[in-house]
Amino acid sequence: MEPTSATNLTRDDVLHIAQLARLTLTEAEVGTFQSELSEVLGMAAALDAVDTANLPETAQVTGQVNCVRDDVADVPMPLEDALANAPMSDEHNFIVPAVL
Amino acid sequence: MKAPNTFTITEAAQWLADGSGTSVELTRFCLAAAKAQPELNVFITLAEAEALAAAAASDARRAAGKSLSLLDGVPYVAKDSYCTAGIRTTAGSKMLDDFVPTYDAEVVARLAAAGAVLLGKTNMDQFGHGGSTENSGYGPSKNPWDKTRVPGGSSGGCAVALAANMCIFAIGEDTGGSIRQPASFTNTTGLKVTYGRVSRWGSIAYASSLDTMGPMTKSVEDAALVLAVIAGHDAKDATSSKQSTDDYVAATHSDPSPLKIGLPIEFFAEGVDPEIAAKVKAAAQRLEAAGHTLVEVSIPVVAHAISCYYIIAWAEASSNLARFDGIHFGHSILKEASRDGVEPASLYEVYAASRSAGFSAETKRRIMLGTYVLSAGYYDAFYRKALKVRTAIVRGFAEAFTQADVLLTPVSPVLPFVIGEKSADPLAMYMADILTAPINPAGVPSLALPAGLIERAGVTLPVGMQLIGPQFAESRLLALGAQYQRLDPIYQQQPTL
Repeated sequence: MEPTSATNLTRDDVLHIAQLARLTLTEAEVGTFQSELSEVLGMAAALDAVDTANLPETAQVTGQVNCVRDDVADVPMPLEDALANAPMSDEHNFIVPAVL
Repeated sequence: MKAPNTFTITEAAQWLADGSGTSVELTRFCLAAAKAQPELNVFITLAEAEALAAAAASDARRAAGKSLSLLDGVPYVAKDSYCTAGIRTTAGSKMLDDFVPTYDAEVVARLAAAGAVLLGKTNMDQFGHGGSTENSGYGPSKNPWDKTRVPGGSSGGCAVALAANMCIFAIGEDTGGSIRQPASFTNTTGLKVTYGRVSRWGSIAYASSLDTMGPMTKSVEDAALVLAVIAGHDAKDATSSKQSTDDYVAATHSDPSPLKIGLPIEFFAEGVDPEIAAKVKAAAQRLEAAGHTLVEVSIPVVAHAISCYYIIAWAEASSNLARFDGIHFGHSILKEASRDGVEPASLYEVYAASRSAGFSAETKRRIMLGTYVLSAGYYDAFYRKALKVRTAIVRGFAEAFTQADVLLTPVSPVLPFVIGEKSADPLAMYMADILTAPINPAGVPSLALPAGLIERAGVTLPVGMQLIGPQFAESRLLALGAQYQRLDPIYQQQPTL
């Protein structure tokens, strides 16, 4: 991939990212993000200067793997707590528009 | 007599223990200071009734000879990213304007178990997205050293609460400098712990592989006192470390054996205000005069750390913030729909309309950037590349720690800036993190403490330094920091309010 093409976002790129991110942008936001994101991604593309050919990836630094809790039965979050901040709910459920 | 709200933890604990005053009185002094300075815009939620009730309970324990710890009855503030049962928690965002958690974050629960009194929840850049507290849904906080300037961020409210003596200690959160930079901007102390040292459970996430929870205090000794309570494994946080904790408080009570202190050239390079660099070098020389050795070191990859940090932070932020879907909690168009009896057109509309109305421009920018670097076609060039550079950063610091026991650097390349000066330019704002953000991908601890004051443009402004150590070397940093504070009382300087 060419870093320069990657960092010059088109209007369609911005709309596509917004759709993936579940954001609705105003016309003004589309224009602002097009220039701002291109500029900021230009900074990010500076990593091309680092030779990483022989480097593994680091996603976390704890050195711990496969951390699991003890298999002990516990009281989970009560239903009323889980629903306490729901914008729309009934006694047992979150309510959403019909999916199908 | 010193006003009780200006006490350090040690002083407050002594005052309570010898019967000079009560926790209720101490809490009232702090609340009065908070209410007397509304223009500093420190609190998003002041929990006065809850605080006074907790203080009264502490006094009753003390009267019965059943105090829980040194912190029992000592008032503190928490960054508004910590979930607090029954107390509104916004993370600085209107997205969570009416969110009332049903449980306490682990750090808050441990402080409650030690008897500490929570005064309220302090202002921050929304979801931690910023370095000035200007990106708050509740307006910017002001720096008590000069009210036209920012206090730093994102834990800006905590830092101002300390500097303006509205609390005895504070709990912040640091993803790329959010504890250290506000400490540096307000002449206070802040500890970014080793990743995994303190549980993240119940703290609203910014970037999960970088987020660290830590104390913000009026002295290094106080930071150790708080760390002693909050550090240690928590099974609820799978990234929390099982490594044993040290006696952090004891470490602050005697000078450390002579250490090799590394000054990494990249942290004193072009772009760092020369007066800041000079102050921090002078602080290093003070430690040299006390018997430590200064060595020059180099971590070349640090020049690229800011880009690596931001790519990872954006990616993780976009993922973490996907939970704000307008269905489980937070701002939602379903509320209006429910009230007006209107059925939203689709699930997608609930997601997109709720998120677009609830998030700020900066948060949307970070979500967009994170979504982009994780998207098909760009994942390898940006996200995977950043994970590889992260390895180089981890190795770079490890190599530096073969030459030095501790690294000493400035915290910020610039002095506290004027409100509005950088807020229209995201890139300029991101670059303000250039000396703090490299530490988080490496996962190592860093203690920020006052290094001096500079006269600039007719005002006196604080300069902070950071002491960086290998993973889990908190005791070493606290010991050296406490020694510095015995050598240089600059940390006791207060702004004129």
